[in-house]
Amino acid sequence: MASNPDTKIQGGLLGWVDARFPLSQMWNEHLAQYYAPKNFNFWYFFGSLALLVLVIQIVSGIFLTMFYKPDAELAFASVEYIMRDVEWGWLIRYMHSTGASMFFVVVYLHMFRALLYGSYKKPRELIWIFGVLIYLVLMAEAFAGYLLPWGQMSYWGAQVIVNLFQTIPYIGPDLVTWIRGDFLLSDATLNRFFALHVIALPLVLIMLVAAHIIALHEVGSNNPDGINIKENKDENGIPKDGIPFHPYYSVKDLVGVGVFLMVFAVIMFFFPTGGGLFLKPDNMIPADPLVTPDLIPPVWYFTSMYSVLRSVPDPFLGVVAMGLAVVMLFFIPWLDRNPVLSMRYRSFAAKFNLAVFVVAFVILGWLGLQQATTEVSEMSLRFSTVYFAFFFLLWFLSKERSAVFSLIAFAVVVGIYTIYDILRFDPSDASLIMWSWLIPTVYLFVTMVAPAFARGLGRDRAVPERVTS
Amino acid sequence: MKTLIATTFLAAAALFTVPAASAAGYDGDLEKANIDVTNEASLQRGANLFMNYCMGCHSTEYMRYNRVARDIGLTEQHMEENFIFITDEAGDPVGVGSLMKNAMSDDYGEEAFGVVPPDLTMTTRIHGEDWVYTFLKSFYVDESRPLGANNTVFSNVGMPHVLWELQGWQEKVVDEDGNERLELVRSGSMTPSEYDRAVRDIVTYLSYMGEPMQLDRQRIGLYVLIFLGIFTILAYFLKKEYWKDVH
Repeated sequence: MASNPDTKIQGGLLGWVDARFPLSQMWNEHLAQYYAPKNFNFWYFFGSLALLVLVIQIVSGIFLTMFYKPDAELAFASVEYIMRDVEWGWLIRYMHSTGASMFFVVVYLHMFRALLYGSYKKPRELIWIFGVLIYLVLMAEAFAGYLLPWGQMSYWGAQVIVNLFQTIPYIGPDLVTWIRGDFLLSDATLNRFFALHVIALPLVLIMLVAAHIIALHEVGSNNPDGINIKENKDENGIPKDGIPFHPYYSVKDLVGVGVFLMVFAVIMFFFPTGGGLFLKPDNMIPADPLVTPDLIPPVWYFTSMYSVLRSVPDPFLGVVAMGLAVVMLFFIPWLDRNPVLSMRYRSFAAKFNLAVFVVAFVILGWLGLQQATTEVSEMSLRFSTVYFAFFFLLWFLSKERSAVFSLIAFAVVVGIYTIYDILRFDPSDASLIMWSWLIPTVYLFVTMVAPAFARGLGRDRAVPERVTS
Repeated sequence: MKTLIATTFLAAAALFTVPAASAAGYDGDLEKANIDVTNEASLQRGANLFMNYCMGCHSTEYMRYNRVARDIGLTEQHMEENFIFITDEAGDPVGVGSLMKNAMSDDYGEEAFGVVPPDLTMTTRIHGEDWVYTFLKSFYVDESRPLGANNTVFSNVGMPHVLWELQGWQEKVVDEDGNERLELVRSGSMTPSEYDRAVRDIVTYLSYMGEPMQLDRQRIGLYVLIFLGIFTILAYFLKKEYWKDVH
């Protein structure tokens, strides 16, 4: 390393440090000589923005911790103390609450980017795995944090989620008591959630983020064309389509930071409750274990998974389905065996599959905020079916399938939920069940049957050798 | 274990079920409160009404007297002399820096009204300004209730019509179309439009109370956005300058 002219000692102090700690080397490996593809687009802002939100959450969280009291008797009042008596306390608190929602916005967009350009495929499977783990820990972190203000929604939201574990056969009830640390949600629960929220989970989160970035810099960044830029290097061994992350992407990300912070500031200063989505009105009422609110919807970033839970009538199976909805993400790199990474060169069927998945995820999210009427439950079931079918389609579309295989696979998949429809058929909802049956069926027809006959729909395009601008 | 699962689902069912009649569950039309939190005179009138008519039962215990005085343009002395009705253990009026609690104990409140009168610091954030405005205008005579009054927005509310001296008394009447409405049968010391203004003043004060920094944050937010706008423009040109040799 020392012989590399670019890392040559530049000054007394830096030289002194470099002889003892690989400062210049790290700077170069991760920034100044980390060659990123030159064709990053809009979707590539969200990785650095996620890191920014993490920093915002940690810094604002530290200040909140200085004034917050993790005590069931004092917690609610201490939050209002922060809002009213602490200098700039309201700003710090709104920053933290806005940051929580924006964290999920940014992470969801970042995950969509990975699906769009095949960033989970070989050799980036581990980056994806670390990413899904980050998403899991983030959900736990948000859930623990939501209890801390000790309002009605904090209390009853936590009550509902913690009680989900009760549905696990045999160990459920004991497990729930162990999680709560008491026979009901109480001060003991608040204290341990505080410990998890301010130290345990953030620590895991930071380590996972480090692993995510180290793995990324080991294999190199993907790009909108899904081309491996390391296959085209110049005489110095530098990828022809690569540019150093610093200064090119550091200045470009600065623009993204500016735009993002403007959105953040508009929410924080003008719409801090996000119309009741980010901060719920009922959470301004102190927690009362004796009064159950009429409606306990989860915070918006959990509602898609929550709809999956609600779509299954059996409680335990519902919890399993919800867990599976997240766990399925881990398997994506091995389900999708198609060699083409980017959606740009994938078939119509593959693009349609991803588009429908995004729509289903958003609709499930909306449904999760509604009261469970017959229509809402039916739609939750249909779009949960679409949600899970997406993963099957990732595998199915790995290569062109024969007409016979396509038809059989289509018949089997449609058959599974049609049999379930027949078993649960209720004459009073006949028309609803029948027309909503078309939702997954049309989707599966377009992605499975149509390409078997109109071959153009299922055929991927040739990937160019060099990145397009 | 079956009972435990059943309990879980009772809690989970609360997620799904349609809300029964409840405080916030009123689904009729609400009148627009049309408040202006920048109107200092309205805030002061609202504070005056609130402290004299409401605070006997309802606290605003997350807020301090001197903060209110400062924000709505009163002197601390004025606040101390006119609005502090509670005393400390020694029997002296509490200091102007105290939280705005009240003298009614929870036990007494529950005995007198069936339910402890809730703290109102954040009532407009919980129910919305229009709800509070409409609520305060919707009391009517109902002899079947223990305190002689009911409310169309919050049916069977435990609270009496505290402002009856000002508004007078309304009765529920059914007009020719079968619609229920409230009709003033005995006028109070205020005309209906004066009463509307008084209620609006109370709601203005409570809106301020719910989020005392709401004007600050909007004012500061504007400067922050201007700064970020300039920052983003500069960052954009910096990016363009660096990227001009990338093809």
